[in-house]
Amino acid sequence: MTNRSFVLLCLTPLLIFSIVFLALPLMRLFLASGESEIGWSIYLEILRKPRYLNTLVLTVLVSLATTFAALAVSTIAGMFLSRNQFKGRGILLSIMTLPLAFPGVVIGFLIILLGGRQGLINQITPGHVVFAYSVIGLFLGYLYFSIPRVLLTVMAAAEKLDTSLEEAARTMGASPFRVVVDVILPGLMPSLIAAGAIAFATAMGAFGTAFTLATNIDVIPMVIYTEFTLSANIAMAAALSIVLGIVTWALLLIARSLSGTTVAVGGG
Amino acid sequence: MTLRLTNTSKTFPDGTKALLPTELTVKTGEIVSLLGPSGCGKTTLLRIIAGLETSNAGSEIWFDDDNVTTLPVERRKVGMVFQSYALFPNMSVRANIGYGLKIQKLSKLEIDSRITEVLEMCQLQDFSARAVSQLSGGQRQRVALARAIAPRPRLLLLDEPLSALDAAMRKDLRDELAVLLREFEITAIFVTHDQNEAMAIADRVAVMSDGHIVQIGTPEELYRNPNSAFVAGFVGNAMHLDGKSTGNELILEGGSLKLPSKGAGHNVYVRAEDVHIDDNGSLCGQVETITFLGTHYRVGSRVSCPIC
Amino acid sequence: MLKSKTKILQLFVTLTACAFLFVPMILSLLAGVTSNYFKGVSSGLTLKWVFKVWELYADSIFLSMGLAFACLIVTLIIGLPAAYGLARHPGWLSRLLEEFISLPLAIPGLAIALALLQLYGSLKGFRISWTFILVGHVLYTLPFMVRSILAVLASMDLKTLEEGAASLGASSWQRFRDIVVPNAMPGILAGALTVVTLSIGEFNITWMLHTPYLKTLPVGLADSYASMRLEIASAYTLVFFILIVPLLMAMQWASARAQRITL
Repeated sequence: MTNRSFVLLCLTPLLIFSIVFLALPLMRLFLASGESEIGWSIYLEILRKPRYLNTLVLTVLVSLATTFAALAVSTIAGMFLSRNQFKGRGILLSIMTLPLAFPGVVIGFLIILLGGRQGLINQITPGHVVFAYSVIGLFLGYLYFSIPRVLLTVMAAAEKLDTSLEEAARTMGASPFRVVVDVILPGLMPSLIAAGAIAFATAMGAFGTAFTLATNIDVIPMVIYTEFTLSANIAMAAALSIVLGIVTWALLLIARSLSGTTVAVGGG
Repeated sequence: MTLRLTNTSKTFPDGTKALLPTELTVKTGEIVSLLGPSGCGKTTLLRIIAGLETSNAGSEIWFDDDNVTTLPVERRKVGMVFQSYALFPNMSVRANIGYGLKIQKLSKLEIDSRITEVLEMCQLQDFSARAVSQLSGGQRQRVALARAIAPRPRLLLLDEPLSALDAAMRKDLRDELAVLLREFEITAIFVTHDQNEAMAIADRVAVMSDGHIVQIGTPEELYRNPNSAFVAGFVGNAMHLDGKSTGNELILEGGSLKLPSKGAGHNVYVRAEDVHIDDNGSLCGQVETITFLGTHYRVGSRVSCPIC
Repeated sequence: MLKSKTKILQLFVTLTACAFLFVPMILSLLAGVTSNYFKGVSSGLTLKWVFKVWELYADSIFLSMGLAFACLIVTLIIGLPAAYGLARHPGWLSRLLEEFISLPLAIPGLAIALALLQLYGSLKGFRISWTFILVGHVLYTLPFMVRSILAVLASMDLKTLEEGAASLGASSWQRFRDIVVPNAMPGILAGALTVVTLSIGEFNITWMLHTPYLKTLPVGLADSYASMRLEIASAYTLVFFILIVPLLMAMQWASARAQRITL
C-alpha cells in the first residue's frame, strides 16, 4: 500500500461518520423546513409573524447585552490578571474558568439559587426580590457562561501584546489612560471582536440555561423546542434551527478569522 | 553495491523541471558528493535515489542487478541521514539506532550486539540511554549516522549532514565523517553546497547546476581541469580574466597573456597559486587589498595600466 | 501592588466577577448538605440528600460515565487517524473537511439534535438505544479530539520524521504506530480529557435525544431542578461538581501542556 492510500484510508472513518451523521441529517433538516403547506415561504413567515419576530428581537437584544457586559467585565479582569502577579491569582483564575464545562441547565440552577424564590438575594433583602425567571435572570445566566470564554480569549491576546509598544508610548509622555486607549485596546481589538462574536453566538443558541430559566420568556431556542415538542410544528422548528445555525456559524467563522482560535467549550 | 541511474529526471506537478535526464554510476565502496548551489537539483536527485521522490517515466535506477525504480523507500534498504536528522523524539538514542533492526525483526540478542557495535564506532557509548532532546548538535549528527548504518544498508545517503551545525564544529565533524564513512566501507552519496566539505569527504564530486550534472570527477580533476566556467568558479574560486583574444594571446588592460592553445576563447580562469610575481611580468596592475590568512596572504589587485 | 485608583477599580471588577461566579457554586454545595435549606444552615448539615440522589439517580451517573467512555473510544478511533490524515494531507480539501466536522461547535446542539431526529427518529431500534445519544456526543466532541491532535502533529516536522522511519524500512502502518501515535500523545491526552469532560456535561443535544429510560447526568439534573426539592437538586449538582471539576482541571492542565509543545 502506498503512503498516499494509507493517508486516505485514515480519513475514511471520519468521512463516513460525518456524511452519515452530519451532512445527511442537516440536509434532511433543511428539506423538512420546506415541508409545511406554506413551503419555503416559511422563512418569510419568521419575519412576518409577530410571535417569531418578537422572539428574534428579544433574543438578539439579550445576547447583545450579554456580549457587551461580558466584554467589559472580562477585559478589565483579564488585563488585571495577566498584568499582575499576586497571591491568590491562580485561584481567582481557576474560579473564573471553572464554568467553562458547566452545562447550561446547571448555570440556570445556579441563577435560581441566586435570584429564585429561595435564592440568596431574596433572603438577604427585605423586599421580595425574585429575578431568576425574568429577562434579568436570563441575562445573568448568559453572562455567567460568557465571562470565562471572553476572559480566556482576552488573556491569551494580552499575553501576546508587545509591551515595548506601551513602554514606547510612556516614553513619549502618554498617561496610563492614553496608553489604554491608544495602545492596549487597539492591540486587543481583533481578539475582543472575536470574543464578542463567540459570546453573542453562544448566547443566541443557549438552550440549557433558557430551559431552566425562560419558562415564560420566548427566546429562539425555547421557541424551537416548543414548536417541535408541543405544537409539532416541525417545519417551523427546522426553519428556525436553520436560521439560528447559519447566524451562529457565520459569527464564529468571523471570530476565527480574527483571532485564529475559538474557545467554544460547553454549550450554554 | 554499484548504483546506476539512467535517464533519470524529475518534473514537479507544477511543471518545474527539478532534474533533467541524468546518468550516474557510483561504484562499490565509493563516496560521491553531489555539489551545487541551492535549487540545482542535488537534493531531488538524492531523494529519487532514496525512493522518497518518484522520477519521471523512462527513468531507471539500478542497485547492482536490482531494478529499484518503482520500489518505495521502505523496501530499498538504503540508510539516510537527514538535514534535520529526523531523530524520533519519542525514543532514546538506543531505541533510535535499534529502530531499523526492530523493523527487520532481528532477534533481541542480535539487535543488542549491533547497537553496541555502532555505538562504539560512532563513540556514542555514554549517550545510549539519553533522550534525543538532551544531545548536542554534533551528538545528534552521530546518532543520525549510527541509526542509518545500523541496519547495514546497501547504500548510505546523506542530505547536507553538516549544515545544521555551527561553523566551528562543522570542520571537526567533516573530518570525522570522512574517516567514519571509510571505516564503514559503504557506498555513499552525500549532498552539500559547501565545496570544502565535498573535497574533504568525497572520492568523486558531481558538480550540479540547473537540474543537471555539469561535471563529475575526483576533487583534483575538477580543480585542475574544470570543463566549464561554472565548475571553475564553483570549485576553488578561480580568477576570471576577461579580455580580447588575438591568436594565441589574450589582451588585457594591463598587458597580455600567452594562451596554451589557439582559439581558447576570451574567458580565461587562473588559480591564484599559479600566479607568479617577478620582474619579467607581462601584466601590471594595482594592489587594492591585502588580507592576512595565517599561512598566506591574499592580495587583491586590479589589472590595469595606470603608468604605461 | 495597589498603586493607583485604576488598579483598585480593576481589582474590584475582578473580585465582583469572581463572586458572581463563585457564590452560586457555594450556595449549591451548601444547599446540598443542609437539612432544610429554607431554614438555613442552622438546621444542621447532613449527607442524606446525597444518599437520596444516589438512590434516585445512580443510573444516570453510570450512564453518563459509560457514554463518556464509549464516546472517548469512538472519537479516538475516528479522530486519531483523521488528525493524522489531515496533518499529512494539508490543502483546501482538508481545511474544508475540518471546517465541516467543526459545525457542531458552531450550530446550537438543539439544531443538531433536530437534524438527527428528522433523519433517524423513525428507526425505532436505533432511536431508543443508547447509541443514538452516543452519536450526538461524538458529533459534538469529535472536533475537539481532531483539533487537539492536529495541533500537536502540525507543530512537528512529521513528514521528515516519517521519511526517517521509512528509510529504516518501516511501512505506513509501522510509521503510524511507532512514530505518529507516541509523538501525538500530549494532544491525544488533552483531546481525551476534553472529550470526557464535555460528554459528561452535554445537555443540549442529549435532552432532545434521550428517552425516559436513558437519562444522562445533565438530563437527570434538569429533571431534578424541575421536580425535586431544592436540597436534592443541590445535592445532585454537588455530585456533578465532584465529577466534573477534577476532569476540567486535568483537561486545562493537559491542554496547557500540549500547547507548550506546539509553540
